[in-house]
Amino acid sequence: MVELFFQQLINGLSLGALYALIAVGYTVVYGIVQLINFAHGEIFMIGAFGAFVTWMLLGRPTDWSVATSLLVLLPLMIIGGMVASVATAVATERFAYRPLRNAPRLAPLISAIGVSVFLQEFVRLFFGTIPFVGRIPGWPDAKSAVPFPSIPGISGQTIQLGGVLIQMPAIFTLGALAVSTVFLWYFVNRTKTGRAMVATSQDPDTARLMGINVDRVIVAAFAVGAALAAVAGVAHGLRYGNIDFRMGFLAGLKAFTAAVLGGIGNINGAVVGGLVLGLAEAMATTFIPGQFGSSAWKDVWAFVLLILVLVFRPQGLLGAKVVDRA
Amino acid sequence: MTASVDARVAPSREVLLDARNVIMQFGGLRAVNDVSLQVHTGEIVGLIGPNGAGKTTFFNCLTGLYQPTSGSVEFSGQPLPPKPRLAVRAGMARTFQNIRLFHNMTAIENVMVGMYSRTKTNAIDAIFRLPRHRREEAASTERAKELLDFVGLTGSGDTLSRNLPYGDQRRLEIARALATDPKLLLLDEPTAGMNPQETRQAEELIFRIRDSGLAVLVIEHDMRFIFNLCDRVACLVRGAVLVEGPPAVVQNDPRVIEAYIGMPATESTTPNWQQPGDNPGEGVEDA
Repeated sequence: MVELFFQQLINGLSLGALYALIAVGYTVVYGIVQLINFAHGEIFMIGAFGAFVTWMLLGRPTDWSVATSLLVLLPLMIIGGMVASVATAVATERFAYRPLRNAPRLAPLISAIGVSVFLQEFVRLFFGTIPFVGRIPGWPDAKSAVPFPSIPGISGQTIQLGGVLIQMPAIFTLGALAVSTVFLWYFVNRTKTGRAMVATSQDPDTARLMGINVDRVIVAAFAVGAALAAVAGVAHGLRYGNIDFRMGFLAGLKAFTAAVLGGIGNINGAVVGGLVLGLAEAMATTFIPGQFGSSAWKDVWAFVLLILVLVFRPQGLLGAKVVDRA
Repeated sequence: MTASVDARVAPSREVLLDARNVIMQFGGLRAVNDVSLQVHTGEIVGLIGPNGAGKTTFFNCLTGLYQPTSGSVEFSGQPLPPKPRLAVRAGMARTFQNIRLFHNMTAIENVMVGMYSRTKTNAIDAIFRLPRHRREEAASTERAKELLDFVGLTGSGDTLSRNLPYGDQRRLEIARALATDPKLLLLDEPTAGMNPQETRQAEELIFRIRDSGLAVLVIEHDMRFIFNLCDRVACLVRGAVLVEGPPAVVQNDPRVIEAYIGMPATESTTPNWQQPGDNPGEGVEDA
């Protein structure tokens, strides 16, 4: 029983770390433009595909040593994923959200949903295909799941710790979250752009009157969120072994839930909310007896938790820095 | 105090701000009606007028927050850019009638936000922690501390700005505005809600700001404060400049008194803005 608890603790935290990495993107953007970027799940999906494309372009290496794979291949794939997702996020902001900056709130929200569908279909229809030219020989079709490259040293590897079995991809995810959180803290608190982001989230008009380029700050917020989503995309690929064009929908919804759970607009809240949500899912499927504890019910419990938090603590677990303008 | 008298003696200064025939129309309401105002380098200019006279609206036209319906604003000989952040870059900084600090940031962070437009480091430098980033961060922190010292907030740097006493919040707003390295500082009611002692400190601070080479344009309702402080005063009534001139002229102008008190001025109703002996050697002899 104790071993089972620790097993689920690890499973829950690593799943939660995945949610947290995505949730930061929702919360940073919401904190600054009060927009729920429903296309953020697709940014995560595109990050995973970006990493996959990088692997394809590197010549689909399968026989690299563990050291080279971890020190060269994996970083390159992460960077490739980041480039793809950041470019997509910045383009989305420029063409789908910025023209609607002063429109009623519903307009950018609908635009976000449109972008979400657009990006899913774009990947489904055009992956491995150049429009008007045709398919690239040897590239897989993204209409069904695409097997994610396995990285020697991570994929399929496990560590036995007492009676607890830890998957290497889970360790990768937790490590990525730790590194990202430190990086994010540094960025927000110790750099000019970070300070400008905090200032803009508190009072955009005053920020403008203090010389801050608010457009650039908004782009930075989208870019930071997208970069972390790309890391999550790679983590997802390593964890589940395949990626597909629909993977962003449920992951995005869960991450959004995590952001609200922690207090949307609050970066620490997104991390805490993600971990809590992951733990709740893992624990519910194990310790709730009978059919209600089966894994099919995990989403039910995740959203029950959301509803409970919203009823009893609407500002989220850590409260939000921007509740007064939410 | 003597410095302000000297400033009046030397009128041949460069025109810093030149607003001509500014009109700001909101639908059927003309909030600012044909206002022209010049501010010279090293000068303190006061803007007075009853509530709703359009003083703050005029400020908003100057800082790029509003686009004037017609009229022109030139700053340092250049047309004023229409965006607030570009106006800041050109050298114009302001404070607010209702304090608008970044409440969840510390005092020093507030000041450092003000330096945004004057530093070159960008996100790429920051990610890779390039020397330029570290150098500029260190310099920014140092400069922010100096500014906090300058306005009298030594030691309050790490306090969240919402936890500062009211008077300190006003001073922090001034420090944040100074951090943008302006040529002209616009103060919107800097002594609102202050007690007499804080008001005197504010006055002394504004003189020091002027002495450091800045021009100041200040909106205020405290008449004793403004007539004491300013080299020139303009009185705005219903969106238009009613009188403009040296404090001694403006404070005795019957139209100004009428605008404030609301009845024909006679000897007996002339309010005594300046109490004798309150500020010896100041104001009246210039008339």
